[in-house]
Parts: sequence; structure tokens; C-alpha cells
Amino acid sequence: MTIEGQVPVVAGGKTLDSNASSSVSPALVLLAGWLFPGAGHLLLGKWVRAALLMVSIVCMFAIGVALQGKIYTPNTGEPLDMLGFVGDLGAGLLYALGRLLGWGQAPVLAAVADYGTKFIVVSGLLNVVAAVDAHSLATGRKHS
Amino acid sequence: MTISHFAAVLLFSLFTSIVFAITQRSEPKSMVRFGALCFALFVGGTVAMSWAMWLIKH
Repeated sequence: MTIEGQVPVVAGGKTLDSNASSSVSPALVLLAGWLFPGAGHLLLGKWVRAALLMVSIVCMFAIGVALQGKIYTPNTGEPLDMLGFVGDLGAGLLYALGRLLGWGQAPVLAAVADYGTKFIVVSGLLNVVAAVDAHSLATGRKHS
Repeated sequence: MTISHFAAVLLFSLFTSIVFAITQRSEPKSMVRFGALCFALFVGGTVAMSWAMWLIKH
């Protein structure tokens, strides 16, 4: 039982936020958010945030591909190439789709194509940030 | 597809600022403010660095 206006306190000193979803597993939210941009927020019922995140990340990835940016493959060569692969992997299913359809395999010759490579890597990194944010909302670490 | 360097800066700044705003702030009003600040800093920082590089070269 709690007094009106007070936030219930659980063991360990952590507080439970009223917006935290108890019906959806935080791990599922994290996984969904990683697999598809905005899906984590969608599971939590935050439609507007989910739509904005999805549009932003998908557009960024699509622009990167349209600019003929490179999609990294698993490699053990240059450290920057390995980091590029890790960044790309953050895009979840978008990365898998790009690999399946053979996007981003042409050699990078123009400056804008190099920008495209950066767009693709950053879209993956932003997707990870968005997925972690959804996880924080699900656990109540972030209030709203 | 080909876009100018400045258009690439604007698009990058726009999408990145939206994600930063949503993930780093909790209230809608502060999200808008933080997003606008991020966008201005991205674009302004790029223009400032471009001028700095031009000055170094000349």
C-alpha cells in the first residue's frame, strides 16, 4: 500500500515508476528495439516516439545505402573495419536485409559514398541507443 | 543518388538530433529544446570547423 502522491520503493532503494510496463519483459523490449528501429518503444505504447525513431533511423540507413555507402561484413582486418561492422550490426534487421540484398558492396569512390558509409554506421549506433532507452523505460530506470 | 555536402550535414544533424532528443530527455518540451540545441550545435559546429580548416589552409 502506498500513500497517494508517493512513489513505491522496492528493495535495493530503487523506485518503480508508474509508467514502467510490467506486462512486457525488458529483455524483449531491448531485443525488439534492436531488431527493428522503434519497436521497443512501440511495445511500451509510446507511438509517437516509436514513429519518430523508426523514421529517423530507417531514413538514415536508406540514405546511406542510396549514397552507395559501404555495408561492412564480419572481418578481422583493420580495426576501423571491425568497428564499422559492429556499428552496422546495431541496425538489426536492416543490416540483415542489406546483406541479403547485396547492398553496400560496391567500392567507395566518391566523397558522398563515404558519407553514406558513415550514415549506415551511425544509424546502427543510434538504433542501439534507442533500444537501450526503451529498455530503461521498461525497467523504470527512465521515468517517462 | 547524389546530394551536396551541406545537404548531407543537414540530414545527418536532423536525424541524429531527433534520436538524441527522444533518448536523452523525458518531457516532450525538453525533448524539443534539446533536439533543437543538438541540431544547431551539429550544423554550427560543422560550419565553424569548415571555416577553421579554410583559414588554416590559407
